[in-house]
Amino acid sequence: MPSLKDLKNRIQSVKNTRKITKAMQMVAAAKLRRAQEAAESARPFADRMTAVMSGLAASVGGSHSAPRLLAGTGSDQTHLLVVMTGERGLCGGFNANIAKLAKQRATELLAQGKTVKILTVGKKGRDAMRRDFGQYFVAHVDLSEIKRIGYANAQDIARDLLNRFEAGEFDVATIFFARFESVISQVPTAKQIIPAQFEAAETTGTSAVYDYEPSEEAILADLLPRGVATAIFAALLENNASFNGAQMSAMDNATRNAGEMIDKLTIEFNRSRQAVITNELIEIISGAEAL
Amino acid sequence: MADTMQFDLVSPERKLASVTAREVRIPGADGDLTAMPGHAALITTLRPGILTVVGPEGTADYAVTGGFAEISPEGVTVLAERGLPKAELTAAIHAEMMAEARSVVEAAHPSVVDAATKMLADMEALGTHMSL
Repeated sequence: MPSLKDLKNRIQSVKNTRKITKAMQMVAAAKLRRAQEAAESARPFADRMTAVMSGLAASVGGSHSAPRLLAGTGSDQTHLLVVMTGERGLCGGFNANIAKLAKQRATELLAQGKTVKILTVGKKGRDAMRRDFGQYFVAHVDLSEIKRIGYANAQDIARDLLNRFEAGEFDVATIFFARFESVISQVPTAKQIIPAQFEAAETTGTSAVYDYEPSEEAILADLLPRGVATAIFAALLENNASFNGAQMSAMDNATRNAGEMIDKLTIEFNRSRQAVITNELIEIISGAEAL
Repeated sequence: MADTMQFDLVSPERKLASVTAREVRIPGADGDLTAMPGHAALITTLRPGILTVVGPEGTADYAVTGGFAEISPEGVTVLAERGLPKAELTAAIHAEMMAEARSVVEAAHPSVVDAATKMLADMEALGTHMSL
């Protein structure tokens, strides 16, 4: 049985932990609000972009002159998986879930005899993927120094991807990130960005109404690379919101667990103290009776 | 016909402006154009340049690069990768943008080098225009 002093120390240490997790939860909550705002204010641009591009894609897509970013290279042999995760842990299953989805996809593709390349964004995903898929890594993007994700960060990643695509390093690129549903639910998502895919619902031809200057093909060729950057930017923002949401609920849980532990330890402490007092009383009384 | 229309300037990170306008002068990739209410529906890509909005409350200038403008009879929506009020475009920011464009030219794949060079030239012209 632990001594009173040991118990006291344990209680104090759990209390300290609770203070830290509580603070982390509050920080995550504040960051989450900002991340959500950022994701929301990025939406108009992404929405208009997708609408215009899908309209264009619908009218140009069939022709042979369609840009390669839309029509693809004509092969799907080499897949590039862009795994976007957080730079930090202490956020429940957030990083592990994204990595799990990416691992599943990689295993499937390998089983089909495809070539897999992996580009990681975020340290945690890299660590999670390294053991099984380390030999497929081609590059890593480190965002740990960046406090606020800007469009420029997405542009850098997009430029790297496009250069690799132009150099024929891969045929299909898919990004993995967590879509933010709510504080308690972040859905790991895979989205193919090269060649670009548009949902059928979005392609309700706006193209018939508009004139294009320069030609439709030229605009599409100009917009598709930007579309890649926009998609990556949207994914980064969603990921950021998801990360903070996941961290907030993880830390909320941790705070509650610490509270329960403190209660349990306090009861044990009180019982032991009572036992000590009883013991001392017995000794005094039996000593007095002996006289 | 209404004599004003809705004008929106949107960047990837946020909405920069949403005002009513009488006319909007847009630096299109194939040349400048002015959109007024009732303009035929048109989508054009942008080159780096100055976008001028003339509204009931006066005019406003924005420096924009990269993106496109969507013109409809009811309004103009400009999606620019980078847009900022002309007054905020200092020589330093312009120099930084130039450096970025230059690095793109250097890194560009042969198939897109023309586009990147044009972008750089337009960027330079923008600076000269504003005498930065």
